[in-house]
Amino acid sequence: MTGWSQALSGAHGETTGGHPGAASGETQTLTGNRGLQLEEKLIFEQDSPGHCGVDLPVPPHRDARLGGLERQGPIGLPGLSEPQIVRHFTRLSQKNYAIDSGLYPLGSCTMKHNPRLNEKLARLPGFADLHPLQPETTIKGALELVDTLAHWLKTLTGMPAVALSPAAGAHGELCGMMTIRAALTARGDARRRILVPESAHGTNPATAAICGYAIDPIAANARGRVDLAALKQSLGSDVAALMLTNPNTCGLFEDEILEIAAAVHDAGAFFYCDGANFNAIVGRVRPADLGIDALHLNLHKTFSTPHGGGGPGSGPVALAAALAPHAPLPWIVHGANGLGLVEHAEGAAANTIGRLKGFHGQMGMFVRALGYMMSHGADGLRQVAEDAVLNANYLRVRLAAVLSQSYPGACMHEVLFDDRFLKDTGVTTLDFAKALIDEGFHPMTMYFPLVVHGALLIEPTETESKASLDQFADTVNALAARAKSGRAEDFHATPRLTPRRRLDETAAARKPLLRWRPEPARQEATE
Amino acid sequence: MRYLPLTPSDRQEMLAAIGAKSIDDLFADVPEAARLDGFVDLPPAQGELQVERALSAMAAKNVAAGSVPCFIGGGAYRHHVPAAVDHLIQRGEFLTSYTPYQPELAQGTLQSLFEFQTQVALLTGMDVANASLYDGATACAEAVAMAHRVTRRGKAVLSGALHPHYREVCETYAQFSGLTLAALDPRPGGVEDFDFDSDTACVVVQNPDFFGELRDWTALAARCHAVGALLVAVVNEVVSLGAVTPPGAMGADIVAAEGQSLGNALNFGGPHVGLFAAREQHVRQMPGRLVGQTVDADGRRGWVLTLSTREQHIRREKATSNICTNSGLCALAFTIHLALLGEAGLTRLARLNHATACTLADRLAAVPGVGIVNTSFFNEFTLRLPQPAAPIVDRLAEYGVLGGVPVSRFYPGHADLADLLLVAATETVTEDDIDIFSHTLTKVLR
Repeated sequence: MTGWSQALSGAHGETTGGHPGAASGETQTLTGNRGLQLEEKLIFEQDSPGHCGVDLPVPPHRDARLGGLERQGPIGLPGLSEPQIVRHFTRLSQKNYAIDSGLYPLGSCTMKHNPRLNEKLARLPGFADLHPLQPETTIKGALELVDTLAHWLKTLTGMPAVALSPAAGAHGELCGMMTIRAALTARGDARRRILVPESAHGTNPATAAICGYAIDPIAANARGRVDLAALKQSLGSDVAALMLTNPNTCGLFEDEILEIAAAVHDAGAFFYCDGANFNAIVGRVRPADLGIDALHLNLHKTFSTPHGGGGPGSGPVALAAALAPHAPLPWIVHGANGLGLVEHAEGAAANTIGRLKGFHGQMGMFVRALGYMMSHGADGLRQVAEDAVLNANYLRVRLAAVLSQSYPGACMHEVLFDDRFLKDTGVTTLDFAKALIDEGFHPMTMYFPLVVHGALLIEPTETESKASLDQFADTVNALAARAKSGRAEDFHATPRLTPRRRLDETAAARKPLLRWRPEPARQEATE
Repeated sequence: MRYLPLTPSDRQEMLAAIGAKSIDDLFADVPEAARLDGFVDLPPAQGELQVERALSAMAAKNVAAGSVPCFIGGGAYRHHVPAAVDHLIQRGEFLTSYTPYQPELAQGTLQSLFEFQTQVALLTGMDVANASLYDGATACAEAVAMAHRVTRRGKAVLSGALHPHYREVCETYAQFSGLTLAALDPRPGGVEDFDFDSDTACVVVQNPDFFGELRDWTALAARCHAVGALLVAVVNEVVSLGAVTPPGAMGADIVAAEGQSLGNALNFGGPHVGLFAAREQHVRQMPGRLVGQTVDADGRRGWVLTLSTREQHIRREKATSNICTNSGLCALAFTIHLALLGEAGLTRLARLNHATACTLADRLAAVPGVGIVNTSFFNEFTLRLPQPAAPIVDRLAEYGVLGGVPVSRFYPGHADLADLLLVAATETVTEDDIDIFSHTLTKVLR
């Protein structure tokens, strides 16, 4: 989920505006291209003024009725033909690593295979070419799909209700925390604090803060789980909820979760669960049986809707009966005439928190997720959890002798290591990750969770073969051996084989350059 | 199961390597009371053919907008998306990559987002834009929250002609963040009297407004700035920016827009793509990811995510927003479509939309009893019917015409709005469609 890299220390010279001549050593070429790695300028630097990649009819002449607000002056967009655009974005795509091309072991991100069937289904005109404001008689199949998805999610979580409109995991958290606050307000109970373990995703405290709550961190015990005694001490009549990720971001199941839930409920608080790691338990454990009151599901993780380079996602929230009346609009209800859409706070929906986004939710993601779930079925989904956990544990034992596992013993779907194995080598977690890039692997999540030093969090997912895991483990072990053999400078120079080597993040933040601008005419004159 | 590579013998071998007797050993931390022994009560695995058949049957129960004359807008617009767009966004390197946290492995995503940010800034007439938010409505709520951070004031005034979903999302967020919102009543076609003062963080307006009217916010921006408030401008239909003065040129401080019109299908309302642009001086208060230009270790130009200290994964409860996953692939579709159009194409597309809407307006104004509320519009306008609009829209649907959105769908309690019908015409609407619509409307009103 995070996997951010630490800012590099030290700058690397001046901006050269895309000058290709500085490529290092033996890979230098006349063009800056290197075989299949092709340099590509910005579209704004390839402008043929007046050119266009779309043939449109000439508009008939009409007297404009724009109220005198006709745009004055050009926008500044470049003109290119279709072949240039296709080549441009094809070249850009080739500078990306992807789950289609290799293992993507980002912990907490669940980078699993994205079945293409689901892309095909989402593009059926009956789903993709459907306007959200069409009359209800023309959207019966859409409501049926949403209702079917809700049924699958409710069955898998054991919860009685699910709110589908949140657009992503963090939005789902917001939905869950808002329903909790609404339920507390409805019973006249103004509580002010949210308890969040230190290992939580950053979205958890950020969400609680947006909801108007103060955040109290909860320490972990020596086994990487919530310290039950510390939790009990922090609980009180002003605590609105505990936000817990389970399995947690150390890749561990909270084995005292029933006691945790009981303590939270005894204090009159609600139990929110971040379901980002649901992949580990889908089909084997129902969150309702763990005492959870609200849990968001990332359809773009567990249910394989593609990450798309950062989105879109979808973050439905499963809700306990006490929270369900506060679910956001719209609601889909079973009425006398079949399924219907409730878009206003009325009737059964009178106590809704209101609307969280435009229209009805991420339909395109619902179609993909339902396609994924129906393909797997009850049996396949359980196998997903088992294989995800098996793969992570297999990597754990393959790596445990060389890397330093933070919390020894079995893990769930991801395994956490820290940087003790790099002690005195001069190699950092960041260096290690960058070296892995040259070997053809996307690195694991680095420096998260924050509860261990120099974290390396590895989540292989169930869609990796044993051969793929073996190759990754062999590579990581060999790199660790190289790090311990005193070849730190080899690591500092990595990656060497990527379209760009290490990028200067400090310089980027110091003087932000967030958009292209035309070169000043003055500068052109001197060239 | 076709998506699972492990074979039964792999599993046995791996369990042995781990030292586990069975897979259950690896789930030993789950309390016994919470362990499911068998399968959940859902159907078993199915092949591609069976799943495709089942979901195709559901899709077939819907009326695809493109299969009939469609005049529905209201914040989502049916445009023609060139085939190259969908081809390119389905390249696995774009579709199946993660958020570009490892920049050396994600220059493709990062460069395209840098192009997206530039396009959005140019289109809106603003200094900087972020790498997208969920949709226009949540972008609007984020804009109000940002205005609160910038001004440290707790009040916001919302135009009555702001898209009702945008207003509702702002209201949902405000209930919890403690901001006070004052939303004006809807007055289609009328002039609004904005009442604000030096305690006001922002005034939120829209252009074209929800009823399709075009508005010049220049004077309002000056009034806002005179008391230290920000002007937040919303755009539902970005194609309008090919023909109409952008909010940046009117003095807007923050622009929150819906980008679905470019590159993205209707998708029954999602995923869409939120555009968010602002003045440079406020960049450190912006929500969402930002891509910045930098150099690599060899001095070559490259791109990274930057100013991350605004974001939740670094700043946690002090972040500017809780957003993490955004609308990356929808933003890419937007960028490719707009790159294909370019200056000439977007300008022509906008004129084509406007011309089509002008034709539609003339034809519908000739239908007995129908009046046009607007004095100006881009590709969408409001009709006043001689009777309530909602049943008319249902009748039109029976005749196979998606004849717009009854305003009462958004304002069920407003009797004065019951006769109003919002209709839109994009370049996908044909002369025949307009004929059918005007004839059918005449018939159902009779």
